Parts: sequence; structure tokens; C-alpha cells
Amino acid sequence: MQKEKVITANELTKRFGTFTAVDKITFEVDKGEIFGFLGANGAGKTTAMRMLCGLSLPTSGLATVAGYDVYKQNELIKKNIGYMSQKFSLYEDLTVRENIQFYGGIYGLTDERIKEKTDLLLKQLQLEEAGKKLVRALPLGWKQKLAFSIAIVHDPAIVFLDEPTGGVDPITRREFWSLIYEASERGITIFVTTHYMDEAEYCDRVSIMVDGRIDALDSPANLMRDYAANSMDEVFLHLARKAVRSE
Amino acid sequence: MKQFFIFVKKEWLHIWRDKRTLFILIWMPIVQILLYGFALTNEVKNSKIAIFDEAKDEASTTISQEISASRYFSLLKNVDSYKEIEATFRQGKIRLAVVFPRGFRNDLLHTNHAQIQLIADASDPNTANMLTNYATSIINDYQQSINQNEKLPYTIKTQVRMLYNPELKGAYNFVPGVMALVLMLVCAMMTSISIVREKEMGTMEVILVSPLKPFRIIIAKTIPYLLVSMLNIASILLLSVYALDVPIRGNFGLLIGESILFTITSLSLGILISNTAKTQQTAQFTSLMSLFLPTLLFSGFLFPIENMPIALQVISNIVPAKWYYIIVKDVMIKGLGFGAVWKETMILIVMTLALLGISIRNFKIRLA
Amino acid sequence: MQPVVVENIVKTYPTKKTVVNALRGISFSVDPGEIFGIIGPDGAGKTSLFRILTTLLLADSGNAFVDGFDVVKDYKQIRNRVGYMPGKFSLYQDLTVQENLEFFATIFDTTIQKNYDLIKEIYQQIEPFKNRKAGQLSGGMKQKLALSCALIHKPSVLFLDEPTTGVDAVSRKEFWEMLHRLKEQGISILVSTAYMDEASLCDRVALILKGEILSINTPKGVTDEFKNPLWAIRADEMFRLMNAIKADPSVESCYPFGQYHHVVFKTHENNKEKLEQITQKGKYTSVEINSIKPNIEDCFMALMKE
Repeated sequence: MQKEKVITANELTKRFGTFTAVDKITFEVDKGEIFGFLGANGAGKTTAMRMLCGLSLPTSGLATVAGYDVYKQNELIKKNIGYMSQKFSLYEDLTVRENIQFYGGIYGLTDERIKEKTDLLLKQLQLEEAGKKLVRALPLGWKQKLAFSIAIVHDPAIVFLDEPTGGVDPITRREFWSLIYEASERGITIFVTTHYMDEAEYCDRVSIMVDGRIDALDSPANLMRDYAANSMDEVFLHLARKAVRSE
Repeated sequence: MKQFFIFVKKEWLHIWRDKRTLFILIWMPIVQILLYGFALTNEVKNSKIAIFDEAKDEASTTISQEISASRYFSLLKNVDSYKEIEATFRQGKIRLAVVFPRGFRNDLLHTNHAQIQLIADASDPNTANMLTNYATSIINDYQQSINQNEKLPYTIKTQVRMLYNPELKGAYNFVPGVMALVLMLVCAMMTSISIVREKEMGTMEVILVSPLKPFRIIIAKTIPYLLVSMLNIASILLLSVYALDVPIRGNFGLLIGESILFTITSLSLGILISNTAKTQQTAQFTSLMSLFLPTLLFSGFLFPIENMPIALQVISNIVPAKWYYIIVKDVMIKGLGFGAVWKETMILIVMTLALLGISIRNFKIRLA
Repeated sequence: MQPVVVENIVKTYPTKKTVVNALRGISFSVDPGEIFGIIGPDGAGKTSLFRILTTLLLADSGNAFVDGFDVVKDYKQIRNRVGYMPGKFSLYQDLTVQENLEFFATIFDTTIQKNYDLIKEIYQQIEPFKNRKAGQLSGGMKQKLALSCALIHKPSVLFLDEPTTGVDAVSRKEFWEMLHRLKEQGISILVSTAYMDEASLCDRVALILKGEILSINTPKGVTDEFKNPLWAIRADEMFRLMNAIKADPSVESCYPFGQYHHVVFKTHENNKEKLEQITQKGKYTSVEINSIKPNIEDCFMALMKE
């Protein structure tokens, strides 16, 4: 098991018939890193993430996540990662508490641990009075923060966030990123995709996928220097314009 | 293992909090048992019959009384001629007629043989069979009772005549039923789904904000289904006539005309449903529950309506398919003309106009 | 005459237990030939507002006029003359590009040829795909097709509800370029978006949150209204730095903005010194401190807190 590297990928490839969605990508993610995984729609981001989450088998190439092999040990991968998708994966017709209890149970936490975590989460998110409310009744920003906290309720090695901040007001978006920072300080590695280029700048390193390949991989500061750009937005546009493939 | 149980608990909570699903899960079985247990039955009860007693002697009167008293039968009237029998059958008022020939008792006493004629409306062959069987068994009981003390046995033969459908083909009954069902399904359900799909996909918003009048949107939505229905009717009729040997005894034009009328009735029901349904799933569910199921149960082709409790018989009157089924049977199987079905046709016309009026008026020109 | 006039529009939605106040008394107007942006996050009331203006919803109270026509009484006239592109680009997925355009042209009683030069630039980009089913187009292509369909009858006012949501960055940029060219043709455009950076591409904007308008102005006007001193600071260990700055009583707010934190101070005195104190005390390295001008997002966030 490699402790320092939470993700390793070597020429990871996924083909659907004659279409190569992910084309020999190679990269590594360190423990505790906030890693931004960017790319236009159709560039292959989602397919790549699914392989890393153990949801889809690669066509060729190698990869390990949290030290486990994506081909042979994907059940172990699923136990050791957290996942939050854009649709938040919370049950709207269950209460806040019930959602926490459910996911805690699914991830195999003991009853005491679930109780501990529930109280802790509610306090942290300032949702103490909302514990018995149906998730449906919460404002969008709170749902998001709750979904993130639940995704890491089992203290996984790494959490995958698939465009977590869509459509929310700017303050809530930043409060969300505070939660991400806190998690990162605790040693949880963050693997996040986003459409907001300023959020790309919060990351330690960023990769940009174009047409199934990784065309850039570095810290935001270095990328902006290399492409003589003032923002990640400019870097992204520069690379995305070259894309042959669109959704 | 614990993960398994927490998942089960979650599923339980989902069901409990979804009022509509709960309603189905708890009420449906109850409703079904009540319906099938008390109301819908293939069993024949109180079937209306007519008796043509040419003999009017002790034997014929006794047998007549036994038959009338039986819970299977209910005497509608005594008739005095074959013509009257025919007319009563045409009006759809009776399912069975019992005919005693002149000198019934005399024949029995002097020759030990006699005959009783049973004429049944075999457009519904199952019911016709059952009725003739019940009648025959009552007659046999009488036969047995008079044979008790005699040395030479009396035999009463029953001569059965199956009207409209001598070969007792099931197809004669279910083809009209299927026509009603198919038209209701295609027109009502598909129209409602098509209108609601537009709402769900968001394109309804865009076409509302255009010069296109909402009224025209509805009509445009229904026309393809009108045409498809015509095709369906054509194919059903072709198959029925050529593959199932079901005749079209009456006026073909009248049959088509009535079918078009019923199609329009179904289409307006579809529009009505689409006015309230918000998702395609709801439209589908509502169509099935409030149109398809009642058509299946109350049109009369699976469960004869006269065998149902009064309450359900009344309800069946608001099911358009009931009237259409009668019309198709009368025209197609019995070969009757407009004179026989004008009442049912009027009912359908009134229903259609009312439904069209309501559904067009309620069609939302705004999103909410 | 102003193409869009909104006077104190209120809209609520009753739910099972409470009432949702979608719009709490919105008023503004759009000038002819202007691109007017409605900027706000999800749930702010943008879609409700657009639906009321395109006559698809009735407001609880208040008045609204499009091209001088009342949205309630004269809805038919409005429906004949505006172009509308709702969220999710309502197109017929199983019709081709060409068929979609012909459909919309025909229901507006016109033909593609008649107003072709209006949509030419946009349409040329999707023309190679004209026989492809709309459902099989990429997000950016769908956006262009939906815009063409909304323009095909040469509307005087264009209502675009979140046209850039979910679309890739390159298409977003191209879309705004197209809008500017349309403006030159004299079409008034009311567009909504959740992306704050798009606000600067409009002539004027209304910032909206939870059914209320926070500010109506030109983008420059909005930033000019921002009075508090604003500083950008960068160092290693940004998260720790942010918490340290937030703890200081003279700081109004400190939020991350990409590579820098934006710090808003309560007063104008000694702000640079305060920041230097914090970085020295915490032994931060690679420190960079600048006084900066606010952008729309800074302003929105400050207005949110009021």
C-alpha cells in the first residue's frame, strides 16, 4: 500500500466501442491535497471519475485509489471514499437526522459513532434545530453543506466532489469551500470538478482534460505563469478552444 | 448486515411518506376484494328473461314459476309471439327466452315426451351457456319430480337456440370489448401523455408564448391519435372478420361512424386528464386507473352489468365504453340498425360535448 | 417607450405548510436596445420573474408591461411579439435542427428566409448539423439553436432565462458575443444568470436575492457604490490565514477569491498595517498585499449581508 499517494493512474483508458472517452491519462494525487479535475463537458471527466470511484472498469491502464486496485479491489475502494454529486444525493423526503443515520449505517459506522457524528455535524453546520426537518425544506446552500458533511461522515481517505457548487449564492459557495479546507486539514484528500474557475484557484493542483487526455497538470499559479494568463479562466479557455470534441 | 437493515428502514420511511403510494398499497387490495367479492362476478344472477307460454297448462305454469322463482332469473315479461321475443332481444332487454309449445302437458301425458325451447342471446356466449344450463337443470329437476312415482319415465327435451352466435364463439363478445378498450387506451392515455410530455420537457412554455392559440395546440395534439385510432379499428375489424370469423352484420358505415364518435369521446377524456396531470407518469397512472380499469370492469364485456349490485350498475352508466360496447355489439353482431342504437348514440354525443366543453375550458393558457 | 416595465411585482407559492415568497415587490425597467442582466443565485426568483413577464404566470399583485402591453390583460399581443428562451433550452429533442427552426418560424407566421440575416451568424455555426436531432447536439449547440428559434420572428424584446447555465466556458463566451451583436440590431434583451462574472457584460444589472432586488445600476455603478475598503492578500497556508484575518475585530469580512483572499475592513485606517501584523505574527511566507477595486461578486456579497 502506498500511503502518500491517494490516487495513482497510469495510462488509464476507457473505450466505448471505437470511441475513446479517456485516453491514457497518467497522474497522481497526494494525501491531503485539494486536487481540481477540470475539463469541458464531453472531455472525459465524468468517465474518468467513475473509474476512480470503482463504478466502471477501465479498458486498459492501471490505477489505485486509497491504495486499492481499481480492477480487483473496487469494493474496498467504495468503502474508503466519499462521493457527492451535483444532485446532492440526499433523500428529500427524509429528515436531516435520518439522512445522516442512513449514510452512517451504509458506511458501516457503529451506532455510537453515528450518534457522535450526528451531534457533531448538526453543531458544525448550525443545523441543530433543523435535525427533524425534511431535507426538502432546507435552503439550497444548507443542503449542499449537509451533503458534503455526509459524504465524509465515515472519514474516508478521499472524497470525490462532482460539481458541488452549482447555482448557489457566492457566500454559501465560499462557506462550502471552508468546509473543504477543514476536511483537507484533517487529512482527507479532495478530488473536485467544477465549472467555476475561481474555485479552480483554491486547489493545490489542477488538471485539465481535453478530448480525453490531460493537457495540463500543475498548480494554478504555475499554469497561469506558463500560459501568461491572469486567471484560471483564461488558461482554461486557451486549452478548451483547441478541443476537437464537444459533448 | 447492519447496512442492510438501515437500507430497509430507509425504504420503509420512503413508502410511509409518499401518500399516493401508500393509498395504493393499502386501499387497492381492500377495494379489489370488495369489488371482486361482491360486485364483479361471472356468476349469473337475476338475469332478465321472457316466457312465451303457448300451452298455459299446469305443467308449463309450474315450470315457468320455478324458473322465475330461481335466483338466476328474473321474469321481465310474458310474451305472446315470436315476433315479440325477437323485438325484446333486439332491444337488449333479455338474455333468455323460454318457449312452451301448445299442448305441452298433453304431449307429456300421452307420449311421455315434450319439448321446451330455450332461446339465448349468444353475443355473450359464456352467459348464454350458463343461462341455458341453469334453465335446463331446473327443467330436469321438474322432470325428476314428476318421474318419481311413475313406471314409464317422462322426458322433457330442451331445444337450445343460440341467437346471433350459434357457434358460441368467444370472439363475438370480446371483439367489441377490445375495440372499446383499445380506443380508450390509445386516445385517452396517449393524448394525455403527449400533452403532459410537452409540459414536462418545457417546450409547452415556449409554444404558449407564441401566436399559436392554445385551442389549436390541443386539436393538433389529438389529430394524430384520431388517425391512429382509425387504423387500429381497421386492423381490428380486418382481423376479426378474416382471422376470427366474426361477422359485420350491420351497416358498416354506421359502425365506423359510431367508432369515430367514441374516439372523440376518448380524446376529450385524454385532454381532461392532461389538464391536471403534471408529469407523464401521473397522466399514465390516472388514465389507467380512471379510464382503462373502469372500461375493463364496467363496459360489460368481461362482467355482465346486470349481474352487478345496483350501485355498480348505476356507476357503469357514466362509463362511456359501456354505451359503445352495446352499440358495437348491436350493429356488428346483431346486425341492428340506427333505430336500435339511437338512444346509446345520443348518450355518447351528450357525454362527448360535455367533456370537450369542460376540458377545453380548463386548458391552462398559463403555467399555473 | 420602455420595452419592459415592472412595478412592485409580488409572487408567492403556497406549499403544504408555509408560503414561499418568490418575489417580494420587484420594480425596474429596461431601456430600448439595452442588455439588462438579472443576476442572482438559484431560488432568487429569476425564473418566476421571467414567467410573469412572458405572461406564463400571474403575479399576486403589481403591474408589468412589455412593449407597452399589460402582461395580464394584453397577454396575446405580448405572446405574438417576444422571443423567449427558458432554462433547459426547450427544444424538440427528436426533431432535427432544421425541423425545430421551421416549426418555430411557422408558428410565428414567418419563414427562416425572411429574418435570416438576424440569425445568420449564430445559425452558420450549427448549420453543418442541420439534419441532426436536437437531442444529440452538445450543450453549446443546443444553446445556439434555442437562441435562433427565439429570434426567428425578429422579436422586439428577447427574454433569456439562464441561457448559459450548464454550458461550457467557450460557448458561454461566444454566446455573450452573439448577444452584443444582437443589441446592435436594436433588440432589447433581458437575460438572467447565476454567474456573477457575466454581470459586467451587461449594460445594466439588477442584483436579486430571495425575491428582493439588492441593487439596480450599471456594472460600474454597482462597484462604485461599494464604499468599504477592499484588500487582496495572498500567502502560503491560505486557510489558516483566512481564519486569522476573520478573527481580527477591524475586519468586516474575509472570503476566498481564487488565489487571493478579499478582505473588507470596517474603516479606512491602518488596514495595510493590520494585515502585515497578522502575517508577521503568524509567520506566513510569500505574502502579497494589495488594495483593490471590488468586482460585482464583492458587491453582491456585501449587499447580501445588509
